[in-house]
Amino acid sequence: MDLQVIEKSNFVPFVQNLINAHQVEGVKRKGEGFFYGTIQEPEELCLDFDCTLLPPKKYFLPPNETLFRFQTSPSLEVTPMMVSNPFVLFGVHPYDLKAINQMDQVFARGVSDPHYLNRRKACVLIGIDPTRVAPRAFWADMEAAAVSQGFDLMLTDIGEGFVAEAGSDRGRELLSKHAKARAATKEEVQERVNRRSSIFDRCRKGRGLSFPSREIPTLLEQSGEKLLWEEKAAKCLNCGTCNLVCPTCYCFDVQDELALDLAHGERIRRWDGCLLQDFARVATGENFRESRTSRYRHRLYRKGQYLFGVLGDVACVGCGRCASSCLPDIADPVDVFNRLKQESVELI
Amino acid sequence: MKQAVLDVSPYVPRWAGISHIEDLTASEKLFRMVLEGGESLGHKPGQFVEVSVLGIGEAPISISSAPRADHSFELAIRKVGNLTNAAHRLKIGDKVGIRGPFGTHFPAEETKGKDLLFVAGGIGLVPLRSFIHYVLENRRDYREVTILFGARNPSERLFLDELGQWGRRDDVRYLDTVDRADGAWKGHVGVITTLFRHINVDPASTYCVVVGPPVMYRFVILEAKARGIPDGQIFLSLERRMKCGVGKCGHCQINHLYVCQDGPVFRYSDIFELEEAL
Repeated sequence: MDLQVIEKSNFVPFVQNLINAHQVEGVKRKGEGFFYGTIQEPEELCLDFDCTLLPPKKYFLPPNETLFRFQTSPSLEVTPMMVSNPFVLFGVHPYDLKAINQMDQVFARGVSDPHYLNRRKACVLIGIDPTRVAPRAFWADMEAAAVSQGFDLMLTDIGEGFVAEAGSDRGRELLSKHAKARAATKEEVQERVNRRSSIFDRCRKGRGLSFPSREIPTLLEQSGEKLLWEEKAAKCLNCGTCNLVCPTCYCFDVQDELALDLAHGERIRRWDGCLLQDFARVATGENFRESRTSRYRHRLYRKGQYLFGVLGDVACVGCGRCASSCLPDIADPVDVFNRLKQESVELI
Repeated sequence: MKQAVLDVSPYVPRWAGISHIEDLTASEKLFRMVLEGGESLGHKPGQFVEVSVLGIGEAPISISSAPRADHSFELAIRKVGNLTNAAHRLKIGDKVGIRGPFGTHFPAEETKGKDLLFVAGGIGLVPLRSFIHYVLENRRDYREVTILFGARNPSERLFLDELGQWGRRDDVRYLDTVDRADGAWKGHVGVITTLFRHINVDPASTYCVVVGPPVMYRFVILEAKARGIPDGQIFLSLERRMKCGVGKCGHCQINHLYVCQDGPVFRYSDIFELEEAL
């Protein structure tokens, strides 16, 4: 593994070069929070964030995405929209990257989805190790502290510079073309290990699971009838915020929109959420997940058990966004999983 | 990502021209259509398609016919929502978008040489018809064939000509009922489960294929099990809200299964433990 270092004095020029050559999207500050947006000046890029308000999934699965444009008159014509413009995504934490890797799997398996996959391919992804831990984050407990693939470049702040690891030829090229980088010294490589270990410990020491995350699927298997679900769901507002902010949520609805001339339009897919009341409702009025409890429970089962069957891993990366965004504060998986574990132990 | 840029979207429909439209009931119409170019849909009984009216939307509709030599296929559509109401305004010669066929199919192969007990509740007859047609077209491959059909009331009975034909065949045992009669109805009155007392089955060799409204399944399954039909020989077609048809959008989930991929046809022994199934 050839690790390089970009010294702090060379970092702003690196970002500037990227901006000159590419469309750059990255982490910016918004009041007390952080979000992903277009970077036009190096000063806008903010890499010491703890967690962004929304995950970067919008770049691969936009909140509103035109699947195809159509014309019905004078002749029938359909134009699929699948081409994506290349861009650099600067500043993805490992837990969000783990989520992206999971989404890559689901959109590629079975019938593959070129809309998502082309956007993903068009993205040069620069990951970055976190330097701060968000208040409700528990990614250290969810095996999401580090990723070995999915990035073109992975940066780690070691004080006087950034250690840069290339994850692809594209990343290597980007570095050699736009950055003044040199080989990392043994001490710098060790410092990267130290910094990663230190942030891991900081996350670990915060709130987290009281048991290994690998046990979540089995725990859920035994917990279908617990009163806990009803207790939490009683306060649920069905707002779908937990779905919105989650990096592994990707359910979508598809709707047509007609132009005023009634002869042109688009078929658009939009983010949808399983907590919303009508998610499982059909045209005759039957709702297959009528009760709030069933919808509340479904989200955690999907993350903790159902998707485990597909991905070989729990589909929650411990970012803490649902926990910190939920108004009645019932969405925190840590609360639910720890309670279930405690109740299962008490039974014995 | 090592893949090349992908250029075929699974969300873009093919086009089918409507060749025939027939009223079945006050709210249901039968559409016959063929894909542009005359190509075969390539479906098996039990599967569904996603039907598009551009500008209105797309909805999942069961295929109601068995595969045909002329490649035409039939959809029986009840008008309940935006798409289906728009479909009812279509005319012969109009084109609709078709994606699919999607999903699992009825066990036409596994049931060869066995007895078939079809149980159709109301609009459940629509998907079941595709399998019934297939079986009747290949009648010698199957043993005893029993068809039970229950409708809420006489005005909701559909495919009346065919019901009559099935009743007249001597190689088919056909019984029907309505939940509630009107003045003119002279036949059996009662929910569909009441027909079970009029039939005998050899449970070891009987496959029970059930399609109907969600509320019906539990009761029919109880009847089938009371006759000793094994869980592995009971097949159901379950509906859910299906949108993408390709296992991505998430709406059709029953626990960990996707109805658009693992269903809509399910073997009861595969799903009886799933809390969300019935």
